Amino acid sequence: MSLAVEQTGAPRQLPMGRLLVYGTVGLIALALLFAPFLFPDVRSQEVAARICVFIVLAASFDLLIGYTGIVSFAHTMFFGLGAYGTAIALKQFGASFTSIALGGGAGVLAALVLAALIGLLSLRVKAIFFAMVTLAAASVMLVLASQLSEFTGGEDGLTYSIPRLFSPATELIADAEGKAVKLFGVALNGKIALYYFVFSSSLALFAVMLRIVASPLGRVLKAIRENEMRAEAIGYRVVGYRTAVFCIAAVIAALAGILRAVWLKYTGPEVALSFDIMIDILLIVVIGGMGTMWGAVIGVVLMTLASYYLKDLMALGAEATASIPLLPDLLNPDRWLLWLGVGFILLVYFFPSGLVGTLMDRDARAGK
Amino acid sequence: MKDLNATFERFGGVMLLPVILAIIAFVLIGRPATWITLTAAGLAMGMMIFLMASGLSLIFGLMDVLNFSHSAFVTAGAFVGATVLGWLTLWIAGSNPVLNIVGLLMAIAVAAVVGGLIGWFFERVIIKPVYGDHLRQILITVGGLIVAEELILMIWGGAPLPVPRPEVLTGSFIIGEVSIEVYRVFAFGLGALVYLGLYLVLDRTRVGLLIRAGVENREMVEALGFRIDRLFIGVFMAGSALAAMGGAMWAGYQGLITASLGAEMMILVFIVVIIGGLGSIRGSLLGAVLVGLMANYVGFLSPKVALLSNMILMMAILLWRPWGLLPAVKR
Repeated sequence: MSLAVEQTGAPRQLPMGRLLVYGTVGLIALALLFAPFLFPDVRSQEVAARICVFIVLAASFDLLIGYTGIVSFAHTMFFGLGAYGTAIALKQFGASFTSIALGGGAGVLAALVLAALIGLLSLRVKAIFFAMVTLAAASVMLVLASQLSEFTGGEDGLTYSIPRLFSPATELIADAEGKAVKLFGVALNGKIALYYFVFSSSLALFAVMLRIVASPLGRVLKAIRENEMRAEAIGYRVVGYRTAVFCIAAVIAALAGILRAVWLKYTGPEVALSFDIMIDILLIVVIGGMGTMWGAVIGVVLMTLASYYLKDLMALGAEATASIPLLPDLLNPDRWLLWLGVGFILLVYFFPSGLVGTLMDRDARAGK
Repeated sequence: MKDLNATFERFGGVMLLPVILAIIAFVLIGRPATWITLTAAGLAMGMMIFLMASGLSLIFGLMDVLNFSHSAFVTAGAFVGATVLGWLTLWIAGSNPVLNIVGLLMAIAVAAVVGGLIGWFFERVIIKPVYGDHLRQILITVGGLIVAEELILMIWGGAPLPVPRPEVLTGSFIIGEVSIEVYRVFAFGLGALVYLGLYLVLDRTRVGLLIRAGVENREMVEALGFRIDRLFIGVFMAGSALAAMGGAMWAGYQGLITASLGAEMMILVFIVVIIGGLGSIRGSLLGAVLVGLMANYVGFLSPKVALLSNMILMMAILLWRPWGLLPAVKR
């Protein structure tokens, strides 16, 4: 009966929302793939590399909040563990791939152990309780990083050098004169190698997460999010699954931290541990859409563009309204987070599934 | 083991923990005068944290809302209090002790009123639409936190703000070798007064009865025909006012405040609420005293691990009692 209705009903509409999402993600992927050639200036490359790392970080946070319904505020803690592990090893043992592997490995291991501990200790209680415990843990980690200054460099952070292969002075393909060969006007030097190292690692991690989400494990996680009691009743050990996904997300975040540390050649509380990053990730995932990996991609790009261009726009607005009381203060570029916060609240009210989620839902409804 | 537990319970149960902590610290510190000073400091700090934590805990207990914007209320209270103290400089800095105290109390009262008003606005506009949905509550209160912090930065700017301390509350009482800052005694007294007030309201009045009943079983109170939403808003305002009061007290204690004050205190407040058990005023008091003492003792013994020690305390207590020491809700 239902089949018949479907066939004789109105002709199937094109799933516009879905196409829009996939199209945008495709464009972003292409732009990131050719970023060094499309946007050769230094600042754009910084932005592109940051977007790559943050897509991984936000997507791994989405595994928790969107797919499993766990609210954790400790995600930057794991990110920071990866970054600091790499940074400390590079600083202490010199710039080699072995240091990256050793330090990064130690960071990832620490993240895994800590995640398992926190998970087993507190995932059996309510979501809210867990949010508080993770917040407390993350704050302590932040304080530790600034206090153990002989290892972590304290508030100043660590500056270190990375393997020679990634240095701008290294030629990947040298021409007759010993200079780096240019392709489309861009010298093929170590910086390019570093960018593609970051890009391909991010892509691989993202692919792993897509695989996890599509696997039976992903389905169980969604079941837990929708109805915990029911999932337990069907026979899934909810605490076990939650701890597992918490550990997986922690490991991926730590790996993203390694990438960040290698790219920046600097690790400090501001870039690897602070709550600003946590808030950023939260905004990214909610704006993009919880429970869709694509949401993380679009969210990161939107947030990054907003943080660069919203400020410019607001500066213009502040100048234009300089004669009116109050308004210039509200439009001061430093207050861009204020408007993002307001937008965030409105989004949680009216489009709780985020941009991507809303677009995809509309298709689902139109298709019925 | 069972006998030990029974004895422990008979002599006051978990309420003994601060005493045990104090005794251990006494042995480790070894100098009675230092120990007394540290204990007084710990109790005063605990009382100020209690002001901030009790509001959060009460709101959670009754409304099942964990308000992540609570720290913004603390910061707002601190800045409002500091501003009022700035206006009343003549009173504060004068030599008349009565005017000193009146000025400080006025600053705290104004902070509490402003906190209550912010709370009212928050409950109506931000939290009301998302009752019962934990995930969206957390998200939306984090959004509220971002906006509130930005507004505070916009109004007061990012530079540290000095807070004048009333003349009569500067200096210390010195008895023999022991010296205790006057402000700490004042903070302890005010905290104790607020605790007493909360206790009387919650345990001796009809409204308190309804609130406790609401914590226990909200649907039942509603079914009996009471307007629980009015209770909600009242408790939310009271909780926010307490947070702002705590913030104002803390501002006077610190002497120099920045916009990140609330966020820094919030870590301790969360630890207190988790240790004490969500929704209970007594639990908050117990947790706050424990955390305050721990912070001061460990801060003296080995300053580097002060915050870590509270984290370890929290972990240990969670292992022992996953719901906190004196939970009021077991939902």
